[in-house]
Amino acid sequence: MSISADDIAYIANLARLQLSEAEKQKAAHNFENILALIDQMQSADTDQLEPLSHAIETSQPLREDIVTEQNQRDELQKIAPKCEKGLYLVPKVLE
Amino acid sequence: MEWETVIGLEVHVQLATNSKLFSGSSIEFGAEPNTQANIYDLALPGTLPVLNKEALKMAVKFGLAIDAEIGKKSVFDRKNYFYPDLPKGYQTSQLDFPTVGKGSLKVTLEDGSTKVIGITRAHMEEDAGKSLHEDFHGETGIDLNRAGTPLLEIVSEPEIRSAVEAVAYLKKLHSLILYLGISDGDMSKGNMRCDANVSVRLKGETEFGTRAEIKNINSFKYVEKAINIEVERQIDILEDGGRIVQETRLYDSEKNETRSMRSKEVANDYRYFPEPDLLPVIIDEAFIEEIRETLPELPDAKRQRFMDEYKLSEYDALVLANDLAIASYFEAVVASCNNAKLSANWVSVDLQAHLNEADIPISESPVTPEMLGGLINKITDNTISTKIAKTVFEAMLAGEGNAEQIIETRGLKQVTDSGAIEAMVDAVIANNPEQVEQYRAGKEKVFGFFVGKIMQASKGKANPAQVNQILKDKLSN
Repeated sequence: MSISADDIAYIANLARLQLSEAEKQKAAHNFENILALIDQMQSADTDQLEPLSHAIETSQPLREDIVTEQNQRDELQKIAPKCEKGLYLVPKVLE
Repeated sequence: MEWETVIGLEVHVQLATNSKLFSGSSIEFGAEPNTQANIYDLALPGTLPVLNKEALKMAVKFGLAIDAEIGKKSVFDRKNYFYPDLPKGYQTSQLDFPTVGKGSLKVTLEDGSTKVIGITRAHMEEDAGKSLHEDFHGETGIDLNRAGTPLLEIVSEPEIRSAVEAVAYLKKLHSLILYLGISDGDMSKGNMRCDANVSVRLKGETEFGTRAEIKNINSFKYVEKAINIEVERQIDILEDGGRIVQETRLYDSEKNETRSMRSKEVANDYRYFPEPDLLPVIIDEAFIEEIRETLPELPDAKRQRFMDEYKLSEYDALVLANDLAIASYFEAVVASCNNAKLSANWVSVDLQAHLNEADIPISESPVTPEMLGGLINKITDNTISTKIAKTVFEAMLAGEGNAEQIIETRGLKQVTDSGAIEAMVDAVIANNPEQVEQYRAGKEKVFGFFVGKIMQASKGKANPAQVNQILKDKLSN
């Protein structure tokens, strides 16, 4: 299966990645290899198998519904680029 | 052309836990910005989620209440998109294996008929933070207190056929989650939010039309308005030969219109995949049964019991049973006066009218169930008439004490002394010879005139049944 330049541009946009021409070509090549591997996997007969989401066969541990976290805002905001009135500031997201 | 409306609703309910879905941060409302956002909520590298057991139980509880298949194995997935109030770059949700599978909800429509609306699924997911766009010199302020708050997203089948049905479905859902105690359902705080998928098609058509998703509907009233205005918009376009674009639209309640929200040409592509940081959640029959044991009596069962046990009409039973707080209040009134019919009337008419006017919940009613029961006792033992009871009720609302005290201080006790009533009847007859003539000549309507005069003379305190009897006797002599 071949990957078009448009496919790469679309996926890069979803992932918020800015790629150079060389990187785009490399990514296209990598994607083709991945899809080829998936094609190969598709040929295996899985009719009798349940879909596997995780390799470990155990259940997710659960946590009691207790508030265990303290307010660490001052500490955490020290490592943020910009804060004001307790809020994290980011470039405007609405045009 | 006759059009048919097709609606499916997605309702987000905020679960009433103490802590977040995957972290031990508080979800209490109204805290200072970012004081309830810890390292996991901020998505700092190396942090891992641990699922809140209570949130899982609440989801299962909801599933049992709508008779749904419970997912014995549910899997969390990452729904990927970029927005600054979503620091992880994905929302942890459930795609193929939700905790709650197919179920249904029976709703009662205004004409009293019922309709069963299918629920496709209900899945657990986390809420995002809040973005504030004002007052930050061209920048956006981010508050992550809400990030990670547990939500249950309840998705209906596209089986709703009108805005009115949509509201009936929502109200039933609201009633149910309050009964279950899994959320406070406060729409004004965003603790219950509704997105509506709306499309129209020609009547008789089997394929669905192209739908628009309306977001940002935050009250029952707006759900109805938003759907109606969107249906109108779509029909206008189709009748002019146009075509509906599948898109997300925002409801503007001030202008009462929906408008396109995303101008982007790229459709949403969330690239879901199983969340590698969380294992599948496996629950067994015992876990489910333990939760089933905690199910309270649900609205439909309560309504039926009110009809059987208290001999209420279906309508009265429905009005009282819909709201858990009102139902409990009603039963407390019955317990203190033992008269279900009067209790139902006073709660659903007089008390309800006052609560609506004062815009307060029944839990803040100035008249307690015991006070209302006491008032009803004074009616049934003939101490006061129903008419005087309204006066006493007003006085109770104004904080003048209980029925006993008010009747005493205001001297409202009913006159049942037949001698006293006879004297009043005699006086009225003597003072109105003209009307007596008319009555005796066959004009029976004048009877009401006499009753009115006598009640006036007694300041409303004469026992009406006795007045009628004595008056009738005296006039026919």
